[in-house]
Amino acid sequence: MHPAPSVIFFTTFSGLGFGLLVFLGLGYPGVTGWSAFAFLTIAYVMAVGGLMASTFHLGRPERALKAFTQWRSSWLSREAWCAVGALVLMGLYGAGLVFFGTRVTALGVLGAALSLATVFTTSMIYTQLKTIPRWNMALTPVKFLSLSLAGGGLLAGQLTIALVLLVIAGGVQLLTWKEGDKALAASGTNMATATGLGDRGTVRAFEPPHTGTNYLLREFVHVVGRRHSQKLRLIALVLMTVVPVLLLMLPFSHIIGILAIASHIAGVLTARWLFFAEAEHVVGLYYGKR
Amino acid sequence: MTTLPASTTRKLGLVIDLDTCVGCHACVISCKGWNTENYGAPLSDQNAYGADNAGTFLNRVHSYEVQPEGDAAAQLIHFPKSCLHCEDAPCVTVCPTGASYKRVEDGIVLVNESNCIGCGLCAWACPYGARELDAAEGVMKKCTLCVDRIYNENLPEEDREPACVRTCPSNARHFGDLGDETSDVSKLVAERGGMDLMPEQGTKPVNKYLPPRPKDTLPHEGHDLDVLAPFLKPVAEEPKGFLGWLDKTLEKL
Ligand code: SF4
Ligand code: SF4
Ligand code: SF4
Repeated sequence: MHPAPSVIFFTTFSGLGFGLLVFLGLGYPGVTGWSAFAFLTIAYVMAVGGLMASTFHLGRPERALKAFTQWRSSWLSREAWCAVGALVLMGLYGAGLVFFGTRVTALGVLGAALSLATVFTTSMIYTQLKTIPRWNMALTPVKFLSLSLAGGGLLAGQLTIALVLLVIAGGVQLLTWKEGDKALAASGTNMATATGLGDRGTVRAFEPPHTGTNYLLREFVHVVGRRHSQKLRLIALVLMTVVPVLLLMLPFSHIIGILAIASHIAGVLTARWLFFAEAEHVVGLYYGKR
Repeated sequence: MTTLPASTTRKLGLVIDLDTCVGCHACVISCKGWNTENYGAPLSDQNAYGADNAGTFLNRVHSYEVQPEGDAAAQLIHFPKSCLHCEDAPCVTVCPTGASYKRVEDGIVLVNESNCIGCGLCAWACPYGARELDAAEGVMKKCTLCVDRIYNENLPEEDREPACVRTCPSNARHFGDLGDETSDVSKLVAERGGMDLMPEQGTKPVNKYLPPRPKDTLPHEGHDLDVLAPFLKPVAEEPKGFLGWLDKTLEKL
């Protein structure tokens, strides 16, 4: 899959923003007034900024509101509902914290649940696609949720739980890579089934249908980026989990906190780039590529 | 609505004959021609006369080489591919706007372009690469099964079939109701062992592909290679008469 920067930024930052909203909704940290305002601003900039970035890859962004209509069948539509629901509820809850110094627990818990649901629906957009075997597995939502919570905990300054969550998220990421590498072969889709010609011999793509490129090749066939994937995996894991965990074990200071967050975000961005660049869409098989 | 109909009254679709397709791409051109000037947004080209040109097409022809086991000769197979109008179309259910839908009356999968936000998710969900986002219009384009021809009473009767079917010089594309067992296309599929592409993806395509017939094999030893050969043996090995004289004379020179 083509690793489009808009989608990489969207999933990374909205994941972090909604992760932070989960913690704030549950009252960790139990801040009010200005410091609540500061936390909420960070969460909203990330979550809303991510959502806005996601509209950049639409062909017709002016019609984006139509995406709310098909929640019965479409995960993308459900994501839109959850995101707006979470932002509205957390906005009301935040107003209570900032302006009235009161915490409406029910509102916060509901807002936290919807924030988590937003991350889940985002992950389901990818998970549901049988055409991309690497994504089409139960580990995908686990990965998105664990990363979002780990990043949220880190941003919320909940160091102990963040430490545990970072280790879990790192483990899940490793497992996803391990399972993901076997997914295409396990899916049973190959050039033989794609062409239906497999029972008569070895199928080789002889000539593509077009001499230039096209939408399908640009969007779905991204073979070049996979060359350095092993190195990038290591970099992603170190930045995302190892460095923040080591930093959190040092005596805490704000500088260390910020460094841990920066390293984590850089790691997640790298991992998210790989998530797209490494994903093989079965349509590549028609071009003899994967 | 982007939920799929439980069943459709008819299952209109194409049957593509991999045995007779000669790979001329005439269907590609006629499809682009008809669909760029009729229903929906035109099919744009980018940098059409430059070095790195690209464009939107609803139908494309791949070519594959199949190498059988052993030392048998490889076979070249031309492979046209357009939307298969799947019964369990994953492209429809993922659509957030309801722009993609499957018609109850004939099973055709269409995009309502005025509702499409161009998110591309339906193209991600299609295993066959049958959908292309038009770079100029920002909306999703796909084969319409020439819905604006097959019911079009302004066209002469013989033209009320998809442009690609109408134009194919080797009759490799057939159009009809695959839900009706007695239709010509269904009979063709039954007779020739029509197959699904990527059946494991669970899309239940309506379009079927007819496998290439096996290549002729050489007869066993002891048999004459050609039954007509005995009848074609030269009757007179040695020229006679004038020709004989000429032959001998020329020989002496
Ligand atoms: S071939 Fe692709 S676009 Fe056509 S109905 Fe099937 S999944 Fe949808
Ligand atoms: S590109 Fe258009 S038709 Fe396809 S899923 Fe998005 S809104 Fe629906
Ligand atoms: S049926 Fe019409 S739209 Fe579909 S491939 Fe043929 S010519 Fe193109």
